Order: sequence, then C-alpha cells, then structure tokens
Amino acid sequence: MSDKMLTLARQSLLEPAGIGDRELARLIGNLLAGRVDYGDLYFQYSRHEAWSLEEGKVKSGSHNIEQGVGVRAVAGEKTGFAYSDDIVLPALLDAAAAARAIAQQGAEGRAPAVFRGASGLQLYQPVDPLASLADDAKVKLLERVEAEARARDPRVKQVMASLAGVHEVVLVVRSDGVIAGDVRPLVRLNVSVIVEAGGRREQGSHGGGGRFTYDYFLQQDRALEYAREAVRQALVNLDAVDAPAGTMPVVLGPGWPGILLHEAIGHGLEGDFNRKGTSAFAGRLGERVASEQCTVVDDGTIPDRRGSLNVDDEGTPTQKTVLIENGILKGYMQDTLNARLMGVAPTGNGRRESYAHLPMPRMTNTYMLAGKHDPGEIIASVDKGLYAVNFGGGQVDITSGKFVFSASEAYLIENGKITRPVKGATLIGNGPDVLTRVSMVGNDLQLDPGVGTCGKEGQSVPVGVGQPTLKIDALTVGGTQS
Amino acid sequence: MSGVPATGVAVTDKATRERLAAAVEFALAEAKQSGATAAEAGANISQGLAVTVRLGEVETVEHTRDKGLGLTVYFGQRTGSASTTDISPEALRDTVRAACAIAKHTAEDDCAGLADPARLATHFPDLGLHYPWHPDMSQAIELARAAETAARETDARITNSEGASLSTHEGLEVYGNTHGFLGSQASTRHSLSLSVIAQDQAGMQRDYWYSVARDPERLESPQTVGHEAARRTLRRLGSRQLSTRECPVLFEAPIASSLLSHFISAVRGSSLYRQASFLLDSLGKPLFADFVHLHEQPHLKGALGSAAFDGEGVATQARDLVRGGVLQGYVLDSYSARKLKMTTTGNAGGVHNLTLDPGPESLDLGQLLKRLHTGLLVTELIGFGVNIVTGDYSRGAAGFWVENGEIRYPVEEITIAGNLRQMFRQLLAAGSDVDTRGNLRCGSILIENMTVAGN
Repeated sequence: MSDKMLTLARQSLLEPAGIGDRELARLIGNLLAGRVDYGDLYFQYSRHEAWSLEEGKVKSGSHNIEQGVGVRAVAGEKTGFAYSDDIVLPALLDAAAAARAIAQQGAEGRAPAVFRGASGLQLYQPVDPLASLADDAKVKLLERVEAEARARDPRVKQVMASLAGVHEVVLVVRSDGVIAGDVRPLVRLNVSVIVEAGGRREQGSHGGGGRFTYDYFLQQDRALEYAREAVRQALVNLDAVDAPAGTMPVVLGPGWPGILLHEAIGHGLEGDFNRKGTSAFAGRLGERVASEQCTVVDDGTIPDRRGSLNVDDEGTPTQKTVLIENGILKGYMQDTLNARLMGVAPTGNGRRESYAHLPMPRMTNTYMLAGKHDPGEIIASVDKGLYAVNFGGGQVDITSGKFVFSASEAYLIENGKITRPVKGATLIGNGPDVLTRVSMVGNDLQLDPGVGTCGKEGQSVPVGVGQPTLKIDALTVGGTQS
Repeated sequence: MSGVPATGVAVTDKATRERLAAAVEFALAEAKQSGATAAEAGANISQGLAVTVRLGEVETVEHTRDKGLGLTVYFGQRTGSASTTDISPEALRDTVRAACAIAKHTAEDDCAGLADPARLATHFPDLGLHYPWHPDMSQAIELARAAETAARETDARITNSEGASLSTHEGLEVYGNTHGFLGSQASTRHSLSLSVIAQDQAGMQRDYWYSVARDPERLESPQTVGHEAARRTLRRLGSRQLSTRECPVLFEAPIASSLLSHFISAVRGSSLYRQASFLLDSLGKPLFADFVHLHEQPHLKGALGSAAFDGEGVATQARDLVRGGVLQGYVLDSYSARKLKMTTTGNAGGVHNLTLDPGPESLDLGQLLKRLHTGLLVTELIGFGVNIVTGDYSRGAAGFWVENGEIRYPVEEITIAGNLRQMFRQLLAAGSDVDTRGNLRCGSILIENMTVAGN
C-alpha cells in the first residue's frame, strides 16, 4: 500500500482522538477475548455534499458529516458487532466489549505487537472533491447544464440537475496486525429532463462520475454532454409505441446494460450465498453456466472507477476476479468471513456501507469481456426482437435465480433493422441459464458512465458494470402488446 | 456513552430528551446569530439490538446506536442545509456554518421558508408509540431460534434458511424551528422476521414472513411467523412460466400496498409542481370506481405511521384522499403547497397510515379469488419498472395461476404490465385482509385486466 494513504488516514482518524498503536493494541486485545477467532476496527470519516437545480435555479444544497468506528468480533460462524459515533477510547472499549460478547468468555487474547501496512493499490488520488471547485462554480456548472438542455429543444419543459461529492477516509485495523488506510473521493453529476409534445410527457436522464474531482465534468464538456444525452432519450420516448410482451431475441447495447450481469449472475456469485447454499449457483464451480463466448470478471482495480477500491473495507487489496471464463463458472466473490469458512482466499470484495454496517461480499466493477462480432452484424442477425440500450434498476431473487432489469430506452428490431422506439419495459430471466443463450458478443466493450449503486440487505455501495453489445436468443420482455 | 447501552437504559429518558432539545435550540440560536432570518432543526437518537439465528446457530449480534442533527437555514428566500452525527457544540457550530455557506450560493426562491405558524401542532396526544423492550441477548436469540425451528419442523422440504432475526429499536426525535416550535416524539419498533428455503427435484424457492409492532406484546408468536414463512415458501415449489396473455390480476395484500405507494408518488406535491406525474390536475376528478375510499389516520393508536406533527411541525389531521373514487386532495408539504398555490396538508415526510377501506362487500382473500375467477394471483413483485411521469407499469412477478376461483399452480419468471391510470380505474375490489404492518394499509387488490408476459 501506499504509505501515503495510511499516513493520511492515521492523521485524520486517529491523531485527533489521541489513539496510537498502543491504544489500538489494547482495543484488539480487548476484542480477542475467549474464543474470538479474529476481529477488526473500521474507522470512517466522510463528508458529503449535494447541490440541486430545478426550474432554472439551484434552490438547495446540503452538507453532511458522518464519522464513527465499527467494531467486529468473529468466532466460528458467529459475528458480534457494535459501533460508536464518538471516536474516543472509552467508547471504543465499550463497543469491543459488546462485540466480543458473541463468544464464550475467557482470558484476553494477545494483540499484535506491531501493526503492518497492507499492500494496497493506488487507483485514484487521495483528494477532497468538495474542495476541488469553488461553491459558486458548482452552481454555475449546474446552471450551464440546465441552459444546454433547454437550448437543445423547445419541447424541454423541466430540467433537474444535481451535483454530489464525497470525501471519505477509512482505516481498517485487524487482529492479525494488518492496518490499511484509504482516501476515497467520489463525485457524480445527474441530469433529468421532462419533455412535452401534444399533451404527452416523457422523461430522460443521464449522468456520470467516479473517484476524482469535479474537474472531470468540466473536461471535454462532459456535463453538457450529459444534458444533451438526457434530452435525446426523452425525445426518443415521445415517439415510443407500446412495448411487445413475450419471449423474443433481445440485443443489449454496450455499457450500462451490463446491469444484466450484475443481477443475473453477480449477486448469485457472492460468497455468503454460496457458503450458505442459498444461491442458484451454489456448488456449480466448474460447470457451464454461459455460452463459450462469455467471460465475465469482477475488477476492483480499474483506475478512477466508481466501483474501484485500493483496499476493500476489511483491508484486503482489490483484484480482478474471473467469475466466468469461456462459459465455465470459475469463482465466487469473497470477504474474509466467507472465504475462511469456504477454505479459499478473500478476493477483496468485503464491503460495507459505513462503520455502522457489517461487511459482506459485494461486487466492485462487473463486466463481460469483448467478443468478436461487429455490433451492426449482431443487429442484422435478428428478424424480430428488441434492442435495449438504456436501463433503470434491476433486482434478483438469488435462490430461484429469477432476475429483472427495466429498459428505459428500447427499439424494435424488424428484419435486421432497428425500427421504432418502444416504451420502457421490464425484462425477466433466469440467472443460471440466461447467459447460455448468448449467441453473439460484440467487439465494443464499454463500461458504464459511473452512476451505479447496489443495494443488498439494506446496505448501499457504489458499483460499476459494463459489457459489449450482446445478443440473447430468448428473453421475456414485459411490454403490453401481446 | 457510546456503542453499547447497558441493558435497560433508555435513549428516551428525560436527560436525553433535554440534551437533544438543547442541541436543537443551540443550533437554531447559532443560525440566528450567523444572520439567518429563520431556521429549523431536527435531532434524533436511537438504539437497538438485532440478532440473527441461522440453522439453529447464532449468526450475528448487532448493537445499534445512532444519533444526528440536521438543519436548514433561511437567509430571506435562500436556503442551505447541513447535518452531522456529532452533536457537540463545536460540531454544531461547524454544521451551522456549513449550512450558512451553502445559503450564500443558492438562488432566491419565493416559496422557501418555514411552515405557517398557525398550522404548527399545539396538541401532542399520546399515540401509543413507545413500548421500550430490552430483551437480553439470550432471550432475543431464543425467540429468533423458535421461529426458525417452527418453520424447519413444518416440512422436510424446508432444507435451508437465510436466518431468523429479532430486532428491537427505540428512538427519540426532536424538531424545532424559529417560530418557537419545539416538539418531540419517542417511539419503538420491534420485529421478528424469517426467510427459509424449500427444495424439491425442480429446484429451490425462498419466501419470508415478518411481524412488526410498536408494542412487543403485539408481535406474532415465533410459531406463527415460522409457520407462515414455511407455508409461503412451500407453496412456491414447482413454479412454472405462463404463456403470454391478458387476464385479471389479484395483488395479495402484502404487496398490494405498492400500488398505494405509486398513487402517492403521483399525487405528491413535488411530482406535481415538477409536472412529473401522470395525475396532474386530477383534483376533484374520478380516478377510481365509486366504492374506493382512501384516507389518512395520523392519530391511530400504536400504528406504524402515526404522528402528531409532520417533518416541519405542522399538525397532522385525519382526512380523505379519495372519496367515492374522486381525488379530494394532494400530498403536500409547505414548499410544494406554495408552489401549487395551495396550503400544506401536513405531509412533510410523507403520509400517515394511508388506508384503503375494504369495499362494501368486504371480501376476504378466498372470496376475492372467487371474484378473480380465472387469472393471476401475484404474491411477489421485483424490479423498478414504474414510470410516474407516464404511469407506465411493468414489473417482474411471481404468484399463482387461478382457475374457477381455485389456485392451480405456482408461477414465476413472468412480468405484469399496464398503465397505472387505467389500473386505478379498473380496481374492481379491495379486500378485508388488510395488512397493517406498514404505513400503507390495504387488503388484496383486484385489477380487471393486465398483460402478463411469459414464454
């Protein structure tokens, strides 16, 4: 790990509280009582800001500060957890006492004599995005976005835009003596428009972001491009006819439609569900779960991406994990607990929403590698089907394997040509077999623009997805035209 | 004090209440001193215990304890907001400073401001929301274990479990503004939940059940929760796809409330003034059949959505949203009301115990199945395919195919689609099997016709 990250994290989280290695050792010793196998402390400080524009004005802004420490003790399959939003030693000792109550009591355990830095990555700059642009410039940026959207088309009736930034510093201290720090910037800009024509109203939205400063939105006029794209989508929807209902060939566009992978296979390959045998993919390592053209990875190491992390929330460096290789199921995503119980190595997927939540296996950036087909050739191969290029959210039942994702921009394909736009519709499929029906994979891999948030057991974390254009021979499309 | 409360220590005692009230008043005074013309602040503190037992063994024990304060300052018609989890005077000063800094950059907004002082609550009836419960860890574990055991002993096909959880929660909220309003509400919320997995040669199915109440005495027994989770899971075994068709759809009570939620999204002030709703200009118009009565009951004793005042101190009151099928009012806070040249309906933060009365026939689920005759009973919905701007609706579903009023077989991997405006108009019956576990209370809902997509 870069010593820089660790030094910064110690400076912001430990020094103000007067906590040094001796105090950390005392806390860990306290936590390792009786039959506790291991434990950790997760220190976090974050500042979040959001500015939002509607009706041509930045009417509101907010600034939030969150800080605290999560304390965890693990004994076998049992986890005890407590947290404190006061970073002071007595409060942390109380939390440690509560967390370790999970295990049979006994003598205090031995704490590591020295803490050693984890070997993390440096995928993004340890910057504070909130300070990267003056407040009036943030307001001006949103006003420019608004003006650009309105200038595109007189049918634009409403423009809503928001700019958000997070400056987060975390420090993980583990009972095995590993200490890891990370400084995680995150920014996001979103534009949403409502257009109206002939009494019909439709919406469109677009946005982007990642682990850098607000400068990203100013470069190459990206913010204005988001506005143009939101207007384009909304105008397309003004002409949309009812979506078809039934099972048909579906071609998914590149980039954000990779939400397919996140829902259809990603969640089902998280270690906790597989250890417990509750996933439709449990016990299927080495089996064919996709066509030969499909190779899918989860990669937390892509520089500057929204889903990337230098170390995960348990201090494990992130990595590129092959989930499916040429159609064969190769691996699961693991945190420390589930890796230990399954007898495999952690994969850097232990994530948590905040100090007040327990870590669990979560995705980072999940995508399918490029194939050999030209996207035009893929569309030309479909007689009658759906071409879906933009999506809202998705969801999965990991036990039955059924998953959905909802298209917000889609077209009919008729005789190998894209014809009319259709209204949004939910697509539903079965995770363990949907990828076996992928018959063509494009050569146009794209990652999403940096807007994904994944929810699991009430915890939200930023993630990324991506894929090339791909064709699924049969998928159920939930329109109204039967 | 910190991560861990000693058993039995309340977060709602007099000292805590005074500490939170002092934090609110301090923040308001700081705001005024910084030049704000008005300000409002809300502070909260809560604590709880959550234990999960899986396959008979303890899996997690979590102690929760949270606090925070959020405020909004007004400089004339400009606003700024900030929040903090640290309520020490120093941190509160920083928070006020951050809010004021933001207000320097936001635009003048005619409609910004505190609620009308004449509308602020002056009566604070006991709504029966506060039943502190501090089971010790072993008691909490035993309750969760009993629920899971009951489910596992129901049938050999219950082969696995995602665990049973018992959780307790106690919280105190204090809200104040520079009109001189200061109100507080202590409340509790306890729950017992369980998700189990059944397996047969065709595969695995999962379902769940939960009980939630302000008063732990009113929680369903672990046996009831266990048996219901098992029943719901077992009945899904052998699910198959339907072919694509149009048919009537019956939404089972626990998920029917999602239709009320979409309705509220469409008549909420913020959707209306942004013109982001398919129900613009619907006041006084018939949206449903004339038997439909939808109303708010904010002062219902012990209910999960009860409150004496809303998020800006405005007194809540019982009222009809839909009577005789006709829309009687929108869901407004002070800001959106001013935008629409109306007055607030006391809904800053949402509705309070929105209730769909059973129709005049007061049909139970069995009678509703007879009324459905041949069609789809939906028991689970997944995904987010609801567009409030257009009313277009398309979601993933699972449930049962029904013929001649009898459940024939479970179905999955299908979607149901329609348009909410038409679905509301085609609401044929609302059941007496009202689910009171949330803030949106209704029985099962029968819709005349939707498109089902399958194979």
